[in-house]
Amino acid sequence: MKPTLVTPDAPAAYADVWTFRTPRTRLALWCGWLALVALFVYCWQVMNADTMWVFVADAPTQAVDIGSRMWPPSLSYLPELMKPLWDTLNIATLGTLGGVLMAVPVAFLAARNTTPSSILIRPLALWVIVASRSINSLIWALLLVAIIGPGLLAGVVAIALRSIGFVGKLLYEAIEETDIRQVEAVSATGASSMQQLNYAIVPQILPAFWGITMFRWDINIRESTILGLVGAGGIGLKLQSSINVLAWPQVATILLLILATVIVSEWVSARVRHAIL
Amino acid sequence: MSLETTYPTRWRRPPRMLRDRRWRFVVQGAVLAYLVLAMGSLDIEWSRVVEGLARGQRFVEGFLQPDFTSRWSDIRQGLIESLTMTLTATVVGVLISVPIGIGGARNLVPAPVYGICRTIIAVSRSLQEIIIAIFLVAMFGFGPLAGFMTLSFASIGFIAKLLAEDIEECDVHQIEAVRAAGASWWQVLHYAIQPQVMPRLIGLSMYRLDINFRESAVIGIVGAGGIGATLNTAIDRYEYDSAGAILLIVIVIVMLSEYGSSYLRRFLQ
Repeated sequence: MKPTLVTPDAPAAYADVWTFRTPRTRLALWCGWLALVALFVYCWQVMNADTMWVFVADAPTQAVDIGSRMWPPSLSYLPELMKPLWDTLNIATLGTLGGVLMAVPVAFLAARNTTPSSILIRPLALWVIVASRSINSLIWALLLVAIIGPGLLAGVVAIALRSIGFVGKLLYEAIEETDIRQVEAVSATGASSMQQLNYAIVPQILPAFWGITMFRWDINIRESTILGLVGAGGIGLKLQSSINVLAWPQVATILLLILATVIVSEWVSARVRHAIL
Repeated sequence: MSLETTYPTRWRRPPRMLRDRRWRFVVQGAVLAYLVLAMGSLDIEWSRVVEGLARGQRFVEGFLQPDFTSRWSDIRQGLIESLTMTLTATVVGVLISVPIGIGGARNLVPAPVYGICRTIIAVSRSLQEIIIAIFLVAMFGFGPLAGFMTLSFASIGFIAKLLAEDIEECDVHQIEAVRAAGASWWQVLHYAIQPQVMPRLIGLSMYRLDINFRESAVIGIVGAGGIGATLNTAIDRYEYDSAGAILLIVIVIVMLSEYGSSYLRRFLQ
């Protein structure tokens, strides 16, 4: 049989000029963009229905004003910040620890290959993960400050609850990606299902586990610096009180310290992850 | 003198990290010492915790029996603000971050441009949304416009960084082929880079839309409008049933957008 060069649905004449897309795709693309622009304009108008444009016009002067008040940062305020900084680090570390402790069982229940029941328990575990991920740690802190009172504990619990979703999601994906042959090999030696978990799955996910934990710790350092804004302790508490009394040089000092902490923690986390993986 | 050594009768799993026993001992000791110190600094007031448990129970009850009706007009207003803020901020954030992302790709631009764009990305990424929101509320006044500004600014760092990394990972052969055909810099961008990164850019934008909505629930706490302001008010009034309703709405919208964006990404690829 001779191979045919012309396909049955080929057009009768070809265009002389090569174009990137067919006219129909271009039309569809333009309609899509037009719809997006229309939606954007509509949303913009709804959003700014109550905007006071006087304040907006005033913004550059305000920015210059705040900027000039913030400079120079009051370095004499630094020693007073060391205790809150220590508290912040504790919130992040203990919160990560608590979050990881709660996330591990949730992840095993949510992973398709280790869940005891994929109809009942898996959706429940997935719901826990989504709920924890959708609610920001600041909102958790807001709730917990109202429930258990202001202080470090509210911050630790808020960070822990927020970490469940993140660690749980990444960990259950890692569990689902494990090599099934190792599990089969271990089960062929007569291992019970718990022993299979312990000797076949855990060693495979352990590097991912430490990587995820360090990654989350780094994020938690960032988040715990602001938890004080709602009363959950740490350096954010100092930030809030400085803003309340309009002590802008102190605010600048705190922001610089937060920036330095974040950069250091990112560096530490990257180094540790590099060493593990 | 016998040469026999007693072997252990049971197999033990070898340690994965820190093979040396002394090092393990030191590290475990340090971790324990830190935990004791950190726990000591917690300073928990158990009477207050016990007192709060009743309130916690009321919150759980409110969450299980959410009250959508009594504060519905406030919730509706907050939701509209949040959703419009999210969409406009994502669109503007993407529009600004595309040039910055292109400028942050080492294989496309000269070193000075690269440096400037990477600096912008680093600044935008290192500042927390809520801190930016505090300043922008002070500058632009209360309301969703400040929230829009905050989310746009935060989107720039996120999208530009990931886009720049994606462009740097582009297939070199396609770029070379288009360049060999005599294409200018803009034509290389259009015919070689854009088709490669477009699916990822759309995926990133959808993901950022999702993040921006979640963040919009937070920045309202410092006065930047949106559902966060409503939530803050509900919690301050101890109206846990309304707060539960708001949180449920946020969770449902986040879930929907997550499913929607994963569907859209599969459709585009």
